[in-house]
This record gives sequence, structure tokens and C-alpha cells, in this order.
Amino acid sequence: MGLLDRISTRKIEPESAAVVTAAVDDPVFSTKALRKFLACLRSNESAALIDLGAVVGSNVTFFGEQLGCKIFVQDILADLDRLIREGRPEAMPALLRTRFSEESSSIDGILCWDVFDYLDRPSARALADELTRVLRPEGALLGFFGTAQPRERGYTKYIVVDETTLRHRSYAAARGRQSALANRDIIQLFSTLRVSDSFLLQNNLREILFRKPVWEGQK
Amino acid sequence: MWKRDEAVRPASGQPTGAPPPSQSVGTSAPRPEPAHHMEKDNVNIGKSVVIKGELNGSEDLTIEGHVEGTIQLRDHVLTIGPNGRIKAQVFAKAVIVQGEVTGNVTASDKVDIRDNGSVDGDIVSPRVAIAEGAHFRGSVDMQRKAGAPPAQPQKPAAPAAQTAAAGAPQAPAAQRVGV
Repeated sequence: MGLLDRISTRKIEPESAAVVTAAVDDPVFSTKALRKFLACLRSNESAALIDLGAVVGSNVTFFGEQLGCKIFVQDILADLDRLIREGRPEAMPALLRTRFSEESSSIDGILCWDVFDYLDRPSARALADELTRVLRPEGALLGFFGTAQPRERGYTKYIVVDETTLRHRSYAAARGRQSALANRDIIQLFSTLRVSDSFLLQNNLREILFRKPVWEGQK
Repeated sequence: MWKRDEAVRPASGQPTGAPPPSQSVGTSAPRPEPAHHMEKDNVNIGKSVVIKGELNGSEDLTIEGHVEGTIQLRDHVLTIGPNGRIKAQVFAKAVIVQGEVTGNVTASDKVDIRDNGSVDGDIVSPRVAIAEGAHFRGSVDMQRKAGAPPAQPQKPAAPAAQTAAAGAPQAPAAQRVGV
């Protein structure tokens, strides 16, 4: 190792240490549904995936390497934040109805994370309709839904550690979680999908994996 | 005298306090080749430069200025510096983004969006790295090479903090909750 190499290594050490410290501080939780979601997509050689959360580089790498898929990053919460800061959150449903340019039945998997917890009912309805439209038959949709009354104001980045573990990283939000959706409300939102798996975790998060049924005419 | 001045002058782009390790400052004249080599292999487009049109090259390129159109460095590395503003279709071996890119980026090796880097467009590359704090809006296509098997599922790791509520951890079916 040359002198310059040693100097440059020493320079980046504090940054690396900060990153490691931040990663250690983030709580880690188990996930039951992610593995099943991945299993749904593995059979497809060139799957297309929509990620509705904030862009997380390691997640893009994870899904790209695990599935070799095409990932569309659609940070819905960034749009929501912008509209709230502009004082016109009522524009969110209309925005969501035009947000997805993907063709109908063209997407194999959708990662909603907990986006629905932050939307009002009209926005949630609009988003669910659009996601249901773009999801192909037999496609999978994974959503997290809080079951306790919301307290915190921040958003959460779900960082995939592995198929059974997620790191939760909070970041600032213009508006906190809305009231928790009841099971029947969630089912009604995705009334054309079927519930494949549902897990209630100790951290008051319900993970639900939906599949889009194949109708007779689509076989 | 001329030789003595050259001996203490740092190579172009090198910090003054960090001479190359093999160089013995003040005792012998440096070889001119390394500095010349660097200039030859990495071209820099400065902050004040604006280019509209097609940019082709066969050497590594760093852009700090504005480029609109198409950039093709098929076998080389394109770096968009912190001041770089690109509105273009980009094709390169590797692309490092520290500035702003609007347009699709295709790399045969890797796309690396660094902290404060921004990409609005679709990325096609076998390897993609997006740093925390980077902005990205678009799609990422990390196509598997033909014939390459899909990555094996990772070995499940024991979660550090939390387990599912109902039932034993070894029995996922029992943890399902009816809805």
C-alpha cells in the first residue's frame, strides 16, 4: 500500500464509522412476508417491480441481484410531502391517478411498504385502484399496515438486511400517519385481489401479501 | 535551475502535500510520464463549458459543466462532477454521478450515484449503487446475463430485535392471522 493510499484510507475512516454507527442505531425487525413475496417473483426471468418507498440503494441492489428484475422507484411519500408543504394535500388523489404510466397488468410485484398508513382515504382509494390496475394476474403486492394508533410523525425506510430481516430507519415527514386502517378497510381497498398471507408482528405492524387472481379469460 | 524547479512542482491535479510515494522530492527530477499519462486518460470538462450535441470518447471523462444531447464512452468511465448538469442519454462502461443527470443512463459495468448526486431517468446496468442522500427517480434494470442462474436465497439470519407475535418462530404457518 502506497503513501497516498494510506492517507486516503485514514481520511474516510470517520465517515465509515458514522455510517456504521447509524446502521447500528436503526432497529431491526423480522419480516415474514418478504420471503414469500420474493418467492412469488423468482419464477419470472424478467420481473418488473414497483417500489413505492423512498429510494434505498441497498434495496435496489438486493432486489436486482435476487430477482434480476426491473425496478421502478416511485417515491409516493415524496409527492405527498411536497403537496402538504404546498398546502394542497387534496390534490393527492388526482396526482395518484396519473402517477403510474405503466401499462395495465404489466407489473409482477409491488412493494407498498407502509405508504397507505400516511394517506387519507380518497388518496388510499386512488392508489389502490392504480396498483390493482398495473399488477399482472398472479402478481404479488406486499403492504405493511400499522395496527396501533399512530404516534410518531416520521416516515420509515425499510432497508432489507436479508429475506427475513428489515432495518427500520426513520426520517422526517411533513405529516404523520393517518388513523390505522382496519382489516376490513384494507380488504375493501384491494377488493379485486386475494389475501395470500397475513402476519401480525409484535411491532404492531401487519404484513399482508396480496395476489392478483387469474380469471378464466386470462388463462 | 530549471530542473530544480521542476523537481518540487507537483504534478497536475496532485495535492501539493502528497507527492507520489516513489518520488524522492528534491533529490532527483521526476519522470514526466505519470502526469502526462493522467492528462491523457482523464479529460475534464470544466464548469463554464456548455456542450449541446453528441459527445463520443475513448478515454475517461469528468464533466463539471453542462451537456445536452448524447454521451457515449462505451469502454470508459464517465464522472459527472458535483457541478455537472447533464440532460442527455448516457452510454458508458461505468458512470459515477455526483451532480445532476436528467436522461437515461446505460452502463455495461456499473452506475454509482453518490451522496448529493441526482438521476431522473432510467438506469440499465448490471450493478447499481445509490448512496444515502442521493436522489433517484426512474427505473433500474439490472439485467442478468443470459444463462446466469438467479441469485440463491440468502441464508436467513436471526433477527436482532423482534419476532412475530403469535406462535413459535419455527412455525410460520401458526403465525398467520386470519383477516
